[in-house]
Amino acid sequence: MEFIASILMSGISLGGQYALIAIGYTMVYGILRLINFAHGDVFMVAGMVLIYMVASVPWYISIPLAIIATILLGFVIERAAYLPLRSAPRMSVMISAIGVSYLLQNLMTYITAGQPMYYPDIPFLSDTVPVFGTETQWAKLITPVIVIVLIVALTQLINHTKIGMAMRAVSKDFETSRLMGIKINKVISVTFIIGSALAAVGSVLYFTNFSVIVPTSGALPGLRAFVAAVFGGIGSVPGAVVGAFVIGICESIIRGTSFATFSDAFTFALLIIILVVKPTGLFGEKITDKV
Amino acid sequence: MLKIENLSVSYGGIKALRNVSLEVTEGEIVTLIGANGAGKSTTLRSIVGLVKAHEGHIEFNGKNILGLQTNKIIEEGITLVPEGRRVFPDLTVLENIKIGAYLRSDDLTDDINWVYDIFPRLKERSWQLAGTLSGGEQQMLAVARALMSHPKLLMMDEPSLGLAPLVIRDIFNVIREINKQGVTILLIEQNANMALKIADTAYVLETGNITMSGTGSELLADERIKEAYLGKSKNK
Ligand SMILES: Nc1ncnc2c1ncn2[C@@H]1O[C@H](COP(=O)(O)OP(=O)(O)OP(=O)(O)O)[C@@H](O)[C@H]1O
Ligand SMILES: [Mg+2]
Repeated sequence: MEFIASILMSGISLGGQYALIAIGYTMVYGILRLINFAHGDVFMVAGMVLIYMVASVPWYISIPLAIIATILLGFVIERAAYLPLRSAPRMSVMISAIGVSYLLQNLMTYITAGQPMYYPDIPFLSDTVPVFGTETQWAKLITPVIVIVLIVALTQLINHTKIGMAMRAVSKDFETSRLMGIKINKVISVTFIIGSALAAVGSVLYFTNFSVIVPTSGALPGLRAFVAAVFGGIGSVPGAVVGAFVIGICESIIRGTSFATFSDAFTFALLIIILVVKPTGLFGEKITDKV
Repeated sequence: MLKIENLSVSYGGIKALRNVSLEVTEGEIVTLIGANGAGKSTTLRSIVGLVKAHEGHIEFNGKNILGLQTNKIIEEGITLVPEGRRVFPDLTVLENIKIGAYLRSDDLTDDINWVYDIFPRLKERSWQLAGTLSGGEQQMLAVARALMSHPKLLMMDEPSLGLAPLVIRDIFNVIREINKQGVTILLIEQNANMALKIADTAYVLETGNITMSGTGSELLADERIKEAYLGKSKNK
């Protein structure tokens, strides 16, 4: 019983962390029809930035600063690597995204001189609490709460604010949005800012569980979150969240069995099955090309 | 009010407009008629900056607007109801109406009531997703959405496209009504007969050139127009 409870608890919190990354994939896809391959690396950079920050300023200042730095990074990537390709074929933008992904990884290898970086213990988040007779980190316990609060806020923003309405309009029709007076580049920037901010929060919660991170540390969680987004129906925010929880919980369950080493194999098998059986994912709409 | 001089536009080397000049006088209904592919949509799209012109001048109320970004041109008081309506299918009727006022930050209540008065059908369907409206209702919504920006000049690209004769008549009545309320109108139509009847001034566009212009009734009486655009009864 305790075992099951603890597996479920890690599954839910892992799922929440993937959800925070997956939302960035799904929102960017929704508006640009672009799979932002650099998103997992932005997540990694957020972790690295926090490591460097904590070395010089207290954690309660470091965390907000790291989030702001990640937001800036996401904004700059979009402006520098994707905006100039706005009217180029979609494949060019994808390749640009892959380029940014390698650029970030290599840049971090250079900065860290290839050494694994010790992820700091963050007071409170890294502390343990007894729950259901087991010990667990606060980070794990509060992840679902933070995720729910952020998702509710995001849903409100998308459905009940002017900028949210503009985001929904732009994701359907660039040209008509322009005719409404919407500056579509601004709306796209806002999308990247939201995605990066959520990834940064996810990064703090996720890496607290790790002792070191390396420049490729964003790749796997990024990929799993991407699978979650596809599973839920890429372009759909609720889909990405549900998909992330499914992947997170399944991963934890498999980790708790003797098939632990197969957990990623399972995740990617799930991707293949979804693509074969229901390419649009759980909540996905028909994939239409934007004019 | 709007003055276009020697406008030329090409798409990747192919000229779509050649030295087009036309003028829209404040308060009038001006129509631009022409066959498929003549360049009518291209003309409107270059006025709002969706298509970049190669040569020429576009002046609106004495101000050069050629080369401005679309949102700046909308701010000047021009708006376009695009060809094929292009309502936002996933937004509700009310949201579509509100998004037409995207550049405004004042209270919209009076204007929402105003467009609901013009199109009572939309009021009943306020919460319906725009994608589920009928073609005629979508056209009304597209016009209502455009009105929300308080345009001085309202441009419409084939509002009668694909609609039943009765609905077309409604739309044309609304166009007249909006014009009476002080909005200048630049109307593109293939339905030359109806367009010329309500137009103060009319231009004929043929393969990128303006070939004729005059008052609506002059063109309506012109033999060449009768033959080329009013000939068969497909417009009736
Ligand atoms: N994006 C584009 N790329 C290339 N050529 C284009 C583009 N848009 C329009 N054209 C060409 O420009 C010419 C004028 O097109 P336009 O859409 O302005 O015609 P139109 O008068 O509005 O026709 P219709 O009545 O069929 O709507 C056509 O020959 C068309 O093929
Ligand atoms: Mg046209």
